[in-house]
Amino acid sequence: MPRRRDEEMVPEAEFRSYYGQRVIKAPIWHEPHMPVYLYLGGVSGAASTMAAAGRFTGRPRLEMAARGAAFAGGTLGAAFLVAELGRPERFLNMLRVFKPTSPMSVGSWTLAAQGGLTAVSLGSAVTGVLPLAGDAATLVSGVTGPVMATYTAVLLADTAVPAWHEARRELPFLFAGSALASAAAAVMVATPRAQAGPIRALAAVGAVTEVLAGAVMERRLGLVGEPYRQGRAGRLMKASRVLTLGGGVLATVAGRSRALTALSAAALTAGALCTRFGVLAAGRASAADPKYTVVPQRARLDAAGPASG
Amino acid sequence: MAEPSTRRMGFFTDTTVCIGCKACEVACKEWNDVPDDGFVFRATSYDNTGALGADTWRHVAFIETGDRWLMSSDVCKHCTNAACLDVCPTGALFRTEFDTVVVQADVCNGCGYCVPACPYGVIDRRERDGRAFKCTMCYDRQLGGLEPACAKACPTQSIQFGPLDELRVRAQERVERLHAEGNTDARLYGDSPDDGVGGAGAFFLLQDEPEAYGLPPDPVVTTKDLPQMWRWAGGAALAMTGAVAACFLRRR
Repeated sequence: MPRRRDEEMVPEAEFRSYYGQRVIKAPIWHEPHMPVYLYLGGVSGAASTMAAAGRFTGRPRLEMAARGAAFAGGTLGAAFLVAELGRPERFLNMLRVFKPTSPMSVGSWTLAAQGGLTAVSLGSAVTGVLPLAGDAATLVSGVTGPVMATYTAVLLADTAVPAWHEARRELPFLFAGSALASAAAAVMVATPRAQAGPIRALAAVGAVTEVLAGAVMERRLGLVGEPYRQGRAGRLMKASRVLTLGGGVLATVAGRSRALTALSAAALTAGALCTRFGVLAAGRASAADPKYTVVPQRARLDAAGPASG
Repeated sequence: MAEPSTRRMGFFTDTTVCIGCKACEVACKEWNDVPDDGFVFRATSYDNTGALGADTWRHVAFIETGDRWLMSSDVCKHCTNAACLDVCPTGALFRTEFDTVVVQADVCNGCGYCVPACPYGVIDRRERDGRAFKCTMCYDRQLGGLEPACAKACPTQSIQFGPLDELRVRAQERVERLHAEGNTDARLYGDSPDDGVGGAGAFFLLQDEPEAYGLPPDPVVTTKDLPQMWRWAGGAALAMTGAVAACFLRRR
């Protein structure tokens, strides 16, 4: 059997495999559909929370922009999700059962609720019809929003892909930070300076959370985290860090400059997209190399007892 | 098997008597109308099939080393705790009265979630069709009281089909006999209800480490950690809400 020793930063990579073939199947989700959906879902989730907060604290222009971003993110995201299906005409089958054991089922119901609520929220604000219902929908979407922004982390972690499953603690924070930063970017450009203070702060908080969670994840995972540092995924994650941190800093110092605000928003958006594409690429690389599946499992067995296997 | 049984049914694949004839692969394709999986010359061994997938429900692995040839017919494990079934959002994957795991082709919408969820890399999406496919342990034949096509076609009884509890006893006896005969490499894989998937409905007698056959040495159903995952996600969601509240209230 082919044995292999990889000369890499992480030592101990001798393992056996079947002609170097992967053990598990790689995620088959397409680009750009899947990572763009992750991004849009994050925008929608965080923006609806901002809309609710804007409603409570009397920032009408901010609230309006956030309602718009929340609706656009949810609706566009749902379109990408349906396009991703192997049988798009059967998308409603997602709602024929509710399965708590399936993060995608939980997510489908969350997305359905989020889509409906943000549509009512924005529709009411634009037309002026049923303002109470619009406000109620905005407030409830402030609750579905954080679920919307973080369930996707569970969606990825609840797979056999080592780089995702082992990152189950950090991924929700990575995605929550990314969602805050990207929603803040979208809302920031449509909000006048006088009301945008909290959004700029959130852009920075989101950016820092996203970068920190990513760094902690890569450090804690060791061998299994290698795909986040190498190849295309590594380049995307590095680009994401630079863009996100740059955008976050710029958001706090942009002042009255429209140009700097737009630049900050562009950097944050690009950073968030790089994160989402990078995480998918890392998951694929992690599944493609049997090393990441076999080595940790073999180590677990050897630790349990030499005779097992 | 005259009457269809409602006991848990399974496969015991004894690889010590596999001759690599691939009759199981052919019989499976014939009975289940499984399309071709590409006409590829892989040039690594007599295995030109490669791996299990949407169009390969039985796969004979060839491990050609020095003085011995190992052959093993791999198949869906029909796990007690099946990740594919747990994560399927439409309910297309279900557990049958034989305790096997089957995709309902008329329900599956091709979301693809089962594919990376399987710790064995068994199930896959047929891209030209859009839906997910895998071994059904010949659910239709079992309903008619017949054994699955692969077991029927196997000329050496390497693939044995029957009630799982009986197969487990038989396998234990077989491995003990092999050990007594000096074949200390013989070992069972997937037979223990205490393993990471709660025991496989299709288990194996191997003569080398599982990873040499392309099998995961210690597979664990991913949903085992699901409560923990939701707790961390809940923490992140609360932190996000808290951050929004703090930023808005501070700058009021």
